[in-house]
Amino acid sequence: MDTTQLIVTLAGVGLLAFVGWFFFLAPHRVAAAVSSSAGIQQVDIMVKGGYSPDVIEVERGKPVQLNFYRDEENSCSEELLLPDFNIRRDLAPFKTTAIEFLPQQAGTFAFTCGMHMLRGSLVVK
Amino acid sequence: METIPHHHPTPAAPAQPAAPAGGTETATLNIEGMTCASCSNFVEKALSRTPGVQRATVNLASEKATIEYLPGQIDRAGLKAAVEQAGYGVHEPVAPASPNVLASDQELDQRKAEAYQKLKRRFQVAVGLAVVIMPLSMLMLWPRMMNLIPTPVLNYVLLALTLPVLLYSGREFYVSAWNGFRHRTASMDTLIAVGTGAAFLYSLAATVIPHWFMQRGIMPEVYYDTTATIIALILLGKVLESRAKSKTSAAIKALMGLQAKTARVVRGGQEVDVPIEQVVPGDEVVVRPGEKVATDGVLLSGHSAVDESMLTGESLPVEKKQGDNVFGATLNKTGSFRFRVSKVGAETMLAQIVKLVEEAQGSRAPIQQLADKVSAVFVPVVVMIAIVTFVLWFDFAPEATRLPLALVNFVAVLIIACPCALGLATPTAIMVGTGKGAEHGVLIRNAEALEKAEKVTTVLLDKTGTITRGEPSVTDFVPVTGEATDRLLPLLAAVERQSEHPLAEAVVRYADAQGAAALSATAFQAVEGRGASATVDGQAILLGNRRLLIEHQVPMTAAAEQAAAQLLDQAKTVLYAAMGGQVVALIGVADTVRDTSVAAIRHLQQKGIEVVMMTGDNPQTAAKVAEQVGIKRYFAEVLPADKAGKVKELQAEGRVVAMVGDGINDAPALAQADIGLAMGGGTDVAMEAAGITLMRSDLQGVVTAIDLSRQTMRTIKQNLFFAFIYNTLGIPIAAGLLFPLTGWLLSPMLAAGAMALSSVSVLTNSLRLRAYKRTA
Repeated sequence: MDTTQLIVTLAGVGLLAFVGWFFFLAPHRVAAAVSSSAGIQQVDIMVKGGYSPDVIEVERGKPVQLNFYRDEENSCSEELLLPDFNIRRDLAPFKTTAIEFLPQQAGTFAFTCGMHMLRGSLVVK
Repeated sequence: METIPHHHPTPAAPAQPAAPAGGTETATLNIEGMTCASCSNFVEKALSRTPGVQRATVNLASEKATIEYLPGQIDRAGLKAAVEQAGYGVHEPVAPASPNVLASDQELDQRKAEAYQKLKRRFQVAVGLAVVIMPLSMLMLWPRMMNLIPTPVLNYVLLALTLPVLLYSGREFYVSAWNGFRHRTASMDTLIAVGTGAAFLYSLAATVIPHWFMQRGIMPEVYYDTTATIIALILLGKVLESRAKSKTSAAIKALMGLQAKTARVVRGGQEVDVPIEQVVPGDEVVVRPGEKVATDGVLLSGHSAVDESMLTGESLPVEKKQGDNVFGATLNKTGSFRFRVSKVGAETMLAQIVKLVEEAQGSRAPIQQLADKVSAVFVPVVVMIAIVTFVLWFDFAPEATRLPLALVNFVAVLIIACPCALGLATPTAIMVGTGKGAEHGVLIRNAEALEKAEKVTTVLLDKTGTITRGEPSVTDFVPVTGEATDRLLPLLAAVERQSEHPLAEAVVRYADAQGAAALSATAFQAVEGRGASATVDGQAILLGNRRLLIEHQVPMTAAAEQAAAQLLDQAKTVLYAAMGGQVVALIGVADTVRDTSVAAIRHLQQKGIEVVMMTGDNPQTAAKVAEQVGIKRYFAEVLPADKAGKVKELQAEGRVVAMVGDGINDAPALAQADIGLAMGGGTDVAMEAAGITLMRSDLQGVVTAIDLSRQTMRTIKQNLFFAFIYNTLGIPIAAGLLFPLTGWLLSPMLAAGAMALSSVSVLTNSLRLRAYKRTA
């Protein structure tokens, strides 16, 4: 093994570790819902290569409105799934799509894009 | 842009001492009319200066202002006023209490169409340039041509041609990958961006600094053709995918499109056409032949046959008379009628169906769990495999070729991986399957119900209302004195027309069906628990049970006794008719088997499903009906409360049980069963309790439901198998795993072709379900 190969190998191993750390150990951006005067818990979520915030905290028993603003045209994020609430919705690009539902049970529920690659979770307390 | 007033009056909110900190509330306003960053700054300032506002931030992109304010000093209306005084508008979203699912989002559709056009243009540009780049790159195969054009010049020409493919056609991949990178997420775009980006950057280096390569004994080869072709092929895949995907929701779009646009409403004695949105419950609506029924209601006057196939899948028109329910979106065939509107918008049957189908399409399929877990880690894992591939090739390939080989295989791995096929496998099939079900009047509640229905081994039928019509009808009319039926029937029917008893209704229906003349009866008298008497055509007529005749001292004749015994033996209810103090006819009444039951039960049995019947009737009646429809096993004298118990009994035998009932008094049994099918359509109770609702009132729907679920599940399994196999075989081959054995290497361009085809194959397979035809 020559020096170049050694460098490439070490760089490769380093890169592997970086990719694993970067994607799998990404920190979550948590946001708690804000109740409007009408008692609806609202959260604005930006959709752009991911969801931010990606952990939404709401209280159970109160209606929730998630406002997804899709700030891109890329097709990966065009669908939003919230399967525990039987919701599959198209998000129009550069528009806010409001998704309303009533969480009855506490728990953590995933929301994802149509391909399950972008993901976030809804924590019902 | 309008001139911005420099001094704007603040809203007249009285200055109050600041409330204690922490008592703030947050409001979000949708601001209209902002065109640039200075507008948003202006709105932000205007809001911040407003008394009571603690903090205001305005986002130009989302056109939203987030305001923290003290509720004691200002309210939402005050905030709105402040924005308006600054010269901008506030868009108040109308909180839809019950969003009308039928209002399809036209704007969304338009945006989708625009996005599709854009995608097509990007694809066309990529293809147009790729077909020039490809042959130019191959010039080096002809040394004579190479002598004419020096390599550096050719490389710069190729670079110039590839740049638009990258920056215009492929721009979205890089933008999306970058957006994802910032969020520390990775998608398919990440793979494409890294793959094509690596090939391009290597080529760029080989073009600009070829000496660096040559000094190290490496030919400065360029991969512009690879870069351009990958982008063109992946865009081709996306174009096809986008086209196919829009077809998966075609069924639900068609349902939504059924809603009538206008209704002819009677207002102030005048018939006026009004938009459907203005129709309210209580309105009277006129429907002429050939017209669509505008919304749900109850028929007031007139009669007609109405085609309800769009809701129930039942192809024969349904007779409608006064008091019958009519449903929006159905088609009036023969007569004209008026109806009183009972439900509008989201309450209507059509809207309920659309909502149910939409919810089913958004539900989670348990079969998809593994694919979901794989999808979640797929892209980072593929990137890691690609890195390992690069390192291994670099370490083990001959020194002169190790860099290009490492690069080519690195790119091939990234490009061949197709998480999309995994992601599309289940939902597309479920969308097509549930949509197809709705077309046939089979409403599937969620993906889980579909999975359960596939596994069913035993169908338990509640006899009344499913196998049979659930209402009595005349099966036998036996004259016992030689008097002709033609003469007797109109007389008897005349008596029964006055009565409201279900048995009387059966006689009237029978008489009408036989075309008996309508006579009028006088001196009608209903005798509680016995029957009725009346005078028709000068004749005193008695019609009822045996007790009625005995109490009127009408003697039984031998012929009558014999006929009665025969009818009773067939488990029928017998009505006795007497005229002038003499028994003249016997009428046998029974709950009859639906015409379609026998065929449907046979279909189920042919599919290897055992059909079991359950009834509250005595064993003799149960045996008769079971024999008639070809059922071998049945439970008789089952009390309503024991129905769920019978389901359990079958389940204890290791069977997967589908329970079919009318949904009203079967709810516990429907819930106990592995899958409940509620028949008779549309009642909320039924829809709640059942996994599948059958809009058509016959057993054919059960066949359709099980058939469709089997086909859909088969499609899903094929899709998942293909997607997993494709990726588990494709990635190692692209990495060059076969090279030591066979010398095979996969060109990244072929990888791109395979990847584009894989997701399209999955979609096409799902769309095959659209060809589903129900048996019989």
